[in-house]
Amino acid sequence: MSTHVNSSKLIPGATGEWEVVIGLEIHAQVTSKSKLFSGASTEFGGAPNSHVSLVDAAMPGMLPVINEECVKQAVRTGLGLKAQINLRSVFDRKNYFYPDLPQGYQISQYKYPIVGEGVVLVDLSPTEQISVGIERLHLEQDAGKSLHDLGANDSHVDLNRSGVALMEIVSKPDMRSADEAKAYVTKLRTILRYIGSCDGNMEQGSLRADVNVSVRKPGEPFGTRCEIKNVNSIRFIGQAIDVEARRQIGILEDGGKIDQETRLYDPNKGETRSMRSKEEAHDYRYFPDPDLLPLEFDQAFVDELGAHLPELPDEKKARFVSQYGLSPYDAGVLVLERASADYFEAAAKGRDAKLVANWVINELFGRLNKEGKSIETSPVSAAQIGGIVDLIASNVISGKLAKDLFEIVWTEGGDPALIVEARGMKQVTDTGAIERAVDEIIAKNPDKVAQAQAKPTMLGWFVGQVMKGTGGKANPQTVNEILKSKLGI
Amino acid sequence: MSDLTRLTLADAREGLAAKTFSAVELTQAHLDAMTRAKGLNAFIVETPDKALAMARASDARLAKGEAGPLEGIPLGIKDLYATEGVQTTAASHILEGFIPPYESTVTANLWRDGATMLGKLNLDEFAMGSSNETSYFGPVVSPWRRKGSDGEISDAKIVPGGSSGGSAAAVAAQLCLGATATDTGGSIRQPAAFTGTVGIKPTYGRCSRFGVVAFASSLDQAGPIAKTVRDTAILLRSMAGHDPKDTTSVDAPVPDYEKAVGASIKGKVIGIPKEYRLDGLSAEIAALWEQGVAWLQAAGAEIREISLPHTRHALPAYYIVAPAEASSNLARYDGVRYGLRHTGKDIVDLYELTRAEGFGKEVRRRIMIGTYVLSAGYYDAYYLRAQKIRSLIKRDFDLAYQSGVDAILTPATPSPAFALGEKGSADPVEMYLNDVFTVTVNMAGLPGLVLPGGLSSDGLPLGLQLIGRPFEEETLFSLAQVIEEAAPKIGLPESWWG
Repeated sequence: MSTHVNSSKLIPGATGEWEVVIGLEIHAQVTSKSKLFSGASTEFGGAPNSHVSLVDAAMPGMLPVINEECVKQAVRTGLGLKAQINLRSVFDRKNYFYPDLPQGYQISQYKYPIVGEGVVLVDLSPTEQISVGIERLHLEQDAGKSLHDLGANDSHVDLNRSGVALMEIVSKPDMRSADEAKAYVTKLRTILRYIGSCDGNMEQGSLRADVNVSVRKPGEPFGTRCEIKNVNSIRFIGQAIDVEARRQIGILEDGGKIDQETRLYDPNKGETRSMRSKEEAHDYRYFPDPDLLPLEFDQAFVDELGAHLPELPDEKKARFVSQYGLSPYDAGVLVLERASADYFEAAAKGRDAKLVANWVINELFGRLNKEGKSIETSPVSAAQIGGIVDLIASNVISGKLAKDLFEIVWTEGGDPALIVEARGMKQVTDTGAIERAVDEIIAKNPDKVAQAQAKPTMLGWFVGQVMKGTGGKANPQTVNEILKSKLGI
Repeated sequence: MSDLTRLTLADAREGLAAKTFSAVELTQAHLDAMTRAKGLNAFIVETPDKALAMARASDARLAKGEAGPLEGIPLGIKDLYATEGVQTTAASHILEGFIPPYESTVTANLWRDGATMLGKLNLDEFAMGSSNETSYFGPVVSPWRRKGSDGEISDAKIVPGGSSGGSAAAVAAQLCLGATATDTGGSIRQPAAFTGTVGIKPTYGRCSRFGVVAFASSLDQAGPIAKTVRDTAILLRSMAGHDPKDTTSVDAPVPDYEKAVGASIKGKVIGIPKEYRLDGLSAEIAALWEQGVAWLQAAGAEIREISLPHTRHALPAYYIVAPAEASSNLARYDGVRYGLRHTGKDIVDLYELTRAEGFGKEVRRRIMIGTYVLSAGYYDAYYLRAQKIRSLIKRDFDLAYQSGVDAILTPATPSPAFALGEKGSADPVEMYLNDVFTVTVNMAGLPGLVLPGGLSSDGLPLGLQLIGRPFEEETLFSLAQVIEEAAPKIGLPESWWG
């Protein structure tokens, strides 16, 4: 458990500063063709009840059969979280009645999860990294969906999701601000996507969070926590934490006490509200599912999965720093998504990697963000970015012209070198041509010459004029040198 | 043709092969017997059309020389097995009218081997009971009746035992050549003992549970009831086998059990557990047990007294484990997707009304017990301790087997069959005590076979139980055949029911 107290993260209250303590339970839908215990499809968006097997509908006499692919995904994820892989785990039944829970129980893992303690490193800024402990990861079934708006007097149930495999990833209460929690979820999602064990798509419900929030005065024991259920976007996770922390501080500062309860976040009203109190909490009557033998595999099974694991973000970042000489922060930004990292590496091959990283992060990512595009749908390919960087590195174009060139490639496409050729965007390094331009400007502006000789910062004005006169194509360094010698400054 | 029902399964198999009679004739004889025996209430649903259609198909295969091992053999199916297109109720109102679109693996295996289905047999509701009196469709009446000391036959209706009461009664009344049954705490063996039939609960995992309505998943096991040891062996071979749809089923080859019938038992070591000599064990049952020992000894078996010290804890532990699993297994009967639905003002109301109406008293009682023992604060005291006792019971058997014991001989039940309404109405434990010799076998996952050894003083069958090592059913068949040959022929009851 982390005990860091960072004063910049404390929340000021009437009675002093408060520290918020956050733990997250992330429900990540396992990427697999079929469900955890049946052969039904997991495809999203089918007609209601079109992906339902007899097992999913809990018909009499039906039995669950574990899907090995889901087990592999959980192990792979555990390895990605640098976690203990338990060679023996047990499936339990979590008993409760609900119409979208056909068996009357959810098959989950309670005492003996498939994955134990691990750790996730989270970058908060170029200079701050925290480590969030993983308590456990277990496999469980998703429930179906109740639909209450199809008829006036009745509800309907869609069992397409019923039985789909989820990984519940439980963190330790190691986060101290909404930003930390958001960064943790983002990092976790990155890891899941790298591994390919969850698509991380929050809009489709592939990733959902239960957020545990409590507040305390720094240095005091943990306060009573509230659990905010089923928050389905990273932005809402942050909002819910801030709102809930302020609610709890308000109660405590008014002399009240926090009731341990389950709450819901309402993003429209910007508030959390009580769902059920501790007294109303279900008694789930967990017990080992007698239909399933304990889940057992050997270390060789784990090692085999480990051997085929892709390079994970932390390793990739470290390699980018050492291999390409990038700053840790730039490397971190590039590895956030596997596709971005691949893009960067393709563009950096045989080039000045730092220059490529600058262009990818500043120009490309900036533009993609602005236009709401992803790296996969980028109009500018890695080869094109590489081409632009080549032209800068060989002094064919200036940085400023390169930005214009990027704009052309973005909107019109094409080979950057050919565009530069065709549109005469080449930098003028011919000193004769530049000298002529300089002479012309000096001749026209004797008063400015006098000023510049008295105050050398006036040089910038001359540079601007020369650049204007050459259509921006003059090499700025050459212009500078010639101006300085002609003006005698 | 009515005497075709008097054949054993093995005899009928020979007759069919020799074309002495056809599968249709054999099936029709049993359908006729069923019609006359409605008063026994052994069947919940009769499927004569299906039976005859299957029999005709069997005759065609017999004619072509493509007969399966059970070709043309008419069987009754306990209504706990899902049968595609045929109502499957578990003898519960909550599943009345439920017609599954799927077939249980065990029945599918039987049809694969050529058997024909006569209908669905009555049972205690959700297999919870020891007298077949908890069925929503009414009690099954045993074909056996008590005989007074003057030889006068009593009119009192006798229970066939439970939960597989319909299976045992139908076999004893010669309404089928064999029947499927299930056993969670004695539900094959106690009815077999009560009706003078032979029943085996194989090792846990030997038969698939897929498509069998679950009572207590870690204890439930399918098995046959039939007229003779050989018939039981023939049926088990077809029923057993690995099933990828049941991960608790065991992937081990199924032996030809029939070959074990008649094999020598010379040198087999038979354990006699001293803890099974209960206080109050009836003198005639104690005597039968002694007799069983003598029969085996005479055939060359070595008898050894053994100790199974945790036996006395088995029944209480069983009545924690089984209801706990049942309370969860029966949660799916909620009125939402299939079966009975009693609508109310909201979903909770729907659950409560449906389940209150749909489940009988004994089922409700066990759901309550099971829910209680799994509840927060009680789990450790009840469920967890019961599981520990279960491990100890299993270890008792392991130690006995490790010491060289091949099988164990015990009485099957503490008493012969009783009359309808005689037991358990005031105190359910009185009924639960019927399972005292059988539950240990389920708790340890072992195979157990019951066969008749003689008659009680009032003319009712008394059974002996053989308990074997895991997956050594063959030993049980060999030993049982010795007893069957040595024991007085009690025969099957003469028809008084029509």
